Amino acid sequence: MQATSTVLPHLKHAEHSEAPGGFWRTYVFSTDHKVIGIQYGLTALCFLLLGFFLILTMRWQIAHPGEPVPVVGWFLEKVLGSPASKGVMSPDLYNMFGAMHGTIMVFLAIVPLAVGAFGNYLIPLMIGANDMAFPRLNMMSYQLYFLGGVVMLASFLIPGGAAQAGWTSYSPLATVIPTDGQTFWLIGMILLITSSLLGSVNIITTIVQLRAPGMTWMRLPFFVWAQLVASFLLLLAFPPLEAAGILQLMDKVAGTSFFLPTGLAVGGATANISGGGSPLLWQHLFWFLAHPEVYVLILPALGIVAEILSNNIRKPLWGYRTMVYAVLTLGFLSFLVWAHHMYLTGMGTRISTFFQTTTIIISIPSVILLTCLLISLWGGSIRINTPMLFALAFLPMFGIGGLTGLPLGFAASDIQLHDTYYVIGHFHYVVAPGTIFALFAGIYYWFPKLTGRRMNEFWGRVHFWCSLLFMNAVFMPMFAQGFAGMLRRMSDGGLSYSTRVAPGVEGTLSDFILGLNNYILWAAVGLGLAQIPFIVNLFRSIWRGEPVRDDNPWQSTTLEWQTPTPPPHGNFLRPPSVHRWAYAYGPRADGTDYLPQSVPESALSGQATRS
Amino acid sequence: MEIAYTVQPRPDTGVYNAKLGMWLFLASEVMLFGGLFSAYVFLRMGAPPDTWPHGWLSVPLGTLNTLLLAASAVTTLLAWAACKARRFDRFKLHLGLTLILGTIFLGIKGYEYRDKWLHYEVQLKDGRIADGHLVRARTTAETVVLHGRYVADRRELLDGRRKHGPHEELVIPRDQIVRMQNYAPRHNTFMAIYFALTGLHGLHVLGGLVVFAYLWGPGSRLWHVDPEHFTNRVEVAGLFWHFVDLVWIFLFPVLYLT
Amino acid sequence: MKEALSKEDVYRAAVVRCRTVLLVVAAVTLCMVGAAYAPLAEPGLRTGLILAAAGFNAFLVAGHLMHLLQERNVIYSLLAFTVLFFAALMGLCIWAHGDTPAPGGV
Repeated sequence: MQATSTVLPHLKHAEHSEAPGGFWRTYVFSTDHKVIGIQYGLTALCFLLLGFFLILTMRWQIAHPGEPVPVVGWFLEKVLGSPASKGVMSPDLYNMFGAMHGTIMVFLAIVPLAVGAFGNYLIPLMIGANDMAFPRLNMMSYQLYFLGGVVMLASFLIPGGAAQAGWTSYSPLATVIPTDGQTFWLIGMILLITSSLLGSVNIITTIVQLRAPGMTWMRLPFFVWAQLVASFLLLLAFPPLEAAGILQLMDKVAGTSFFLPTGLAVGGATANISGGGSPLLWQHLFWFLAHPEVYVLILPALGIVAEILSNNIRKPLWGYRTMVYAVLTLGFLSFLVWAHHMYLTGMGTRISTFFQTTTIIISIPSVILLTCLLISLWGGSIRINTPMLFALAFLPMFGIGGLTGLPLGFAASDIQLHDTYYVIGHFHYVVAPGTIFALFAGIYYWFPKLTGRRMNEFWGRVHFWCSLLFMNAVFMPMFAQGFAGMLRRMSDGGLSYSTRVAPGVEGTLSDFILGLNNYILWAAVGLGLAQIPFIVNLFRSIWRGEPVRDDNPWQSTTLEWQTPTPPPHGNFLRPPSVHRWAYAYGPRADGTDYLPQSVPESALSGQATRS
Repeated sequence: MEIAYTVQPRPDTGVYNAKLGMWLFLASEVMLFGGLFSAYVFLRMGAPPDTWPHGWLSVPLGTLNTLLLAASAVTTLLAWAACKARRFDRFKLHLGLTLILGTIFLGIKGYEYRDKWLHYEVQLKDGRIADGHLVRARTTAETVVLHGRYVADRRELLDGRRKHGPHEELVIPRDQIVRMQNYAPRHNTFMAIYFALTGLHGLHVLGGLVVFAYLWGPGSRLWHVDPEHFTNRVEVAGLFWHFVDLVWIFLFPVLYLT
Repeated sequence: MKEALSKEDVYRAAVVRCRTVLLVVAAVTLCMVGAAYAPLAEPGLRTGLILAAAGFNAFLVAGHLMHLLQERNVIYSLLAFTVLFFAALMGLCIWAHGDTPAPGGV
């Protein structure tokens, strides 16, 4: 958290004297939603980097099984000991990294960044509130998140290492692995879930209760709608996983058999358990969360893209109302599709048909959202800048991610593709070049509001084009590997299924398919290098970036730009009121092409008001 | 800096922040216990025929606890009504009663837990099973003494509602014991889900009591500063407590009676 | 003076209502326990009766003690969604359980 102190001095001169004094109260135990948002953001970015580091070392192991990891091998051995002896990644370590890559990326990086950071910082500003509804609860959410992260990290260092059963932690595997990593994972998850719950209670209450006068529901920026729905998903979908986590913790610690069936044999011997449990129960409770969680990852990203897109096309968002209803439908349906992750568990045809139907229906609102954004571009006077580039790239990337999901929604095709690299390719297209691109766009876009300076445009574009290229280079080949039948959790990257090992056997992996592993490795390294301009740019721009002359550098309509830069404690100098919807862009008689939400009609001095 | 609608309700929604926040939290709690109840149903449906235990828990104690918790829910509401009527003395009385009733509830629950903890099922080498409560005073390094009965088959233990033979002192030499296990969570899935559900519920009771104790004691200073705000706090804490009662209303029949 | 009196009246009304709710809840609880021991042939019927009684008690507590009978729309809609998703979780899990083919044969 050293980075905290690097951003915050810029907030210092903006702090009013009414803010509670002292370094600790202002920056560490702050109840100001903006400081908490930045805390979330920096912590989550660190976890994003860590999650990427884990997968990078795994990609080496996949491409070069059994060879010492270059550059960082000695470090792994030093920190993790025997699982990384001589710098070689053991299968156990591969499993740990795999499980923790997923966990860190989903629960510690993307959701805290999308909801914790962007939601916390922007929602009160966008709806015209002076803070979140429950500031102390807000601080507590961040602290629980931080604590959950510490527990997850600590699990790498305990004897036996971190959890090894994948981010899905399917029982009985997760329960019978004799190390304590899974126990740490569960405790960490319970902390993270509690943090999410408190956060979502806060966000929903804030949006419902603290909207400024005139901010009716249909005047809310789409970003706020997306955050509202995402928070509802967190609120209602997470608790069943918390329940499941408590039950699995009891299986681990108290010797119960919630998820352990009768007659379970471990290592050839019958396990000393009462039995009678159900492994499927875990899967139901897990996916009841984890599918809505996918939409928690996507919706804030869609919200960010909608804001940036509408700002840079200089015309109203096409189909705002349709998008709002689509996002509500999406949120609702996302609770009814979870078992499409479980087609291969031997479920009956009737229930399978039900889930196939809902799964295909849910693609309709997703397509509506994407189509509205796409049509919005038509006839716009498009400004190209770094945030806009990322936002534009989001559309096709998310499109690929979404469309490749359709074959997984049908049981017949899922049987072939289940648990292969095709699945990996599919959801990474949604989350990596999809959500993460949107988050990058958001960082570039709102950076001037946080700091009063812009990020460097040239290096922003370098970051964008390199990231776009390497993202696709990493994930596109995975579809081919998946079709060839390469399974996702093999620590040797499928080498033991090579045609060289078993010539002529159907379903073995050709040299071409295995060779893609090496190609993906170098693309991933390239992707990592492409982030260096971003990191340098991010920190350098805090002090050296081009200062903005205006509080509203992007000529935006929404309320967050009507505050001082950076916004002081309490946000608005005068309580704002709202007079129109959030997308009043377009040429106007006075020569401008936008009309902020907070400008009253009376102030337009008799001009023709078109919105 | 003042956050809007912390005390007065927002005109268009009709609620103040904390009330909406509490209802949102309760909605998530519904899903939390919903997950556990689903687990219960799943495990019970998945159990092979005639293997799910019945009548293992004390119905009189469960009934008593149900009534106690219902009474405490009522006193909580009266404490809030007293605040509304600006009668601080009655508030103290009713919330004090709630605290006492809640503590008795936890005490009875603790007694039930202890009873299960001391209840052993002992598999003997001759095939019989001894089932009863450990007599700790007479249990030594050589012998285990249970107050209970012998059965020939585990299945005879499944239905506690059925009449069975008298309980007597069973002296069992330790070298005759194959396996000895108390009625802890690991005993079977029924005990596991029983402890999980009632344990989590008990934690909620404890949490509610802590909040009430705060409102009854140090937290009541707010009354003299801003009685309206304090009344809201009592209302919101009361909502939580009523939810805890609501969960027990379902836990009792599901675990004790069916 | 009049104001204080009306507040007192409201309080008394609350006392009366609480007493009624408590008595009914206690009576229904005892009936529920009775149903558990009643000589009913059908175990499903017994379970149904018991759960119906529990549901009625829950209605009393939620409706009167939590004021759900006179609550705002924002809370009704929130609870409607919650109940729906709760039903989905429970119902679909049960359905999935019932629809699982027996291992080894169709």
